[in-house]
Amino acid sequence: MPEVLMNGNSAIAEAAIRAGCQCYFGYPITPQNELSEYMALNLSRRKGCSFVQAESELAAINMVYGASAAGVRVMTSSSSPGISLKQEGISYLAANELPCVIVNMSRGGPGLGSISAAQSDYFQATRGGGHGDYRTIVLAPSSVPELAEFTHRAFDLADKYLVPVMILGDGMLGQMMEPVAFHHEAPEVFSVRSRSLRGAKGRPSRIFKTFTSKPAELEELNWSLFRRYQLIQKEETTSEAFLTDDARLIIVAFGIAARIARGAIKTVRAEGLKVGMLRPITLWPFPTEAVKEAAKKTKQFLVFEMNMGQMVDDVKLALEGKGKVSFYGRPGGVIPTPSEVARVISRIYVQEGLT
Amino acid sequence: MKKVYTRPKSLKPAVFHYCPGCGHSIVHRLIAEVIDELGIQEKVVGVPPPGCSVFAYHYFDVDMLESAHGRGAAVATGMKRANPDCIVFTYQGDGDLAAIGTAETVHAANRGERITAIFINNAVYGMTGGQMAPTTLLEQKTTTTPYGRDLKVEGYPIRMSEIIALTRGAVYVERTAVNSPANIRKTKKAIKKAFQTQIDGLGFALVEVLSPCPTNWKMTPRESWQWIDDVMSKEFPLGLIKDETGNKNAG
Ligand SMILES: Cc1ncc(C[n+]2csc(CCOP(=O)(O)OP(=O)(O)O)c2C)c(N)n1
Ligand code: SF4
Repeated sequence: MPEVLMNGNSAIAEAAIRAGCQCYFGYPITPQNELSEYMALNLSRRKGCSFVQAESELAAINMVYGASAAGVRVMTSSSSPGISLKQEGISYLAANELPCVIVNMSRGGPGLGSISAAQSDYFQATRGGGHGDYRTIVLAPSSVPELAEFTHRAFDLADKYLVPVMILGDGMLGQMMEPVAFHHEAPEVFSVRSRSLRGAKGRPSRIFKTFTSKPAELEELNWSLFRRYQLIQKEETTSEAFLTDDARLIIVAFGIAARIARGAIKTVRAEGLKVGMLRPITLWPFPTEAVKEAAKKTKQFLVFEMNMGQMVDDVKLALEGKGKVSFYGRPGGVIPTPSEVARVISRIYVQEGLT
Repeated sequence: MKKVYTRPKSLKPAVFHYCPGCGHSIVHRLIAEVIDELGIQEKVVGVPPPGCSVFAYHYFDVDMLESAHGRGAAVATGMKRANPDCIVFTYQGDGDLAAIGTAETVHAANRGERITAIFINNAVYGMTGGQMAPTTLLEQKTTTTPYGRDLKVEGYPIRMSEIIALTRGAVYVERTAVNSPANIRKTKKAIKKAFQTQIDGLGFALVEVLSPCPTNWKMTPRESWQWIDDVMSKEFPLGLIKDETGNKNAG
């Protein structure tokens, strides 16, 4: 298929339809409205599909839960305040091993915050933001083509591991336009997961539930979830290295911040500074091994995020003290420029005696 | 010999954990009988709530999906939208449907979701130990209204069925009770109609059942039946609240 010019939100929606997403439930919030609107236009009338503008994010995620239990591919999207409301449902989805895709086009917080792009939901996304011991796979795209590609991957991962998968974008990625090509055609017939509740026809009745009066039963569920999480860590952790081979300073950045950092690195490279970048693509599982590997080349790391340093902990945990971590961040929806980041890089480079 | 009474097919051979005289047991049996009589056991998915009936999935021999507190109507919406051929019912207490889940219930009704809600009104939060429910009667004592529900502090008991009936997507709403053989028969008829409404694809159907909780009402089962007649049904009048099943075209 030839490339088309599309905003990120619409690209996710189109990719979801092509991945066989049958149901979409959402509630309006900026900066992700184009996604819901695209679904209203292009999914709602498709045979076998359903679109509901829910009365709240709470309702939307619980609709996702019901549809996922029915065995279909289902998605919801929102932005930070709405994602907070979805946490109850995400916990239930994780607990009942129900796959789904959740998109967070995050914005400045805390509180109502701003509608400008931010990355301040990193903790919430990577720690399993609701109650209980669980994780969700978190994918962090940094371009419109990646939004499309990762959306497809998110559905596949969700079905493969029976877990909710979150795409953590931001308002800028959602609204900027880039050429994007879609590599899949929407399916003619939808497949239904066999582990589903659709009426006990030709088989014994089934229950999806967690509540129990026997803690040992729930402990067993937790163990089984964590065995799966370990497998995900082993099989699905991804990251991208950019000019790290000779780097004396490695930037660690994800999503749109990685895009900004890339521009900054080009600038400082032109001035002769040996700077590279490690970009976590899965935020959970975090690319611990890749960080460790990078630490064999240099001990100097700079974490750059559009928040107050939520990923710093993960980088430090990965380094286990075998590296020095600096941080630069702009929270609240302020979008730093590549030249600003280039200045920060140069300063740290000099201060740390890397010249 | 002719068998005149047996366990409905749609109930598993399990022993209910409910207190003696609890209305949940009666309503469970009625729902199971209705599912059998309508021949829909293989199509039904039930959505039980957190509440005394949280273990309903151990009793009904149909597919069952645990719901978060109050979210039954949204869960059922997703289930039905994903698979319109299934018959989905929610089973919800008054705390579940009329407090924490008010928004989900009103909007599912308003959208005319083709789902069936069975609403157990026992005027208290049973599972958590008898706290005030939105349906607790004025002057009724509960663990969180130890001096009795005070209009000036807690407001009036909520008449949820009447609120639901105002939404245009709700096509069948009836309030019944399970405090006498006659009322139990009426309740079964209402439940059957609520399922039939969904089978016919007409819209949202809700049956509110005034249901005894002798434990938290601190009454004997017999006294609790009497109290429904004498007190509770004065606040929550029994009978048909809305029936538009004849006026709509199926689908
Ligand atoms: C989010 C959340 N809040 C609170 C609870 C605790 N809780 C469980 S059941 C319940 C209310 C039960 O009352 P009701 O819905 O009237 O049902 P009953 O037990 O009387 O049948 C509450 C508050 C919960 N499970 N989840
Ligand atoms: S506490 Fe009340 S509602 Fe709960 S099982 Fe006992 S009688 Fe029934």
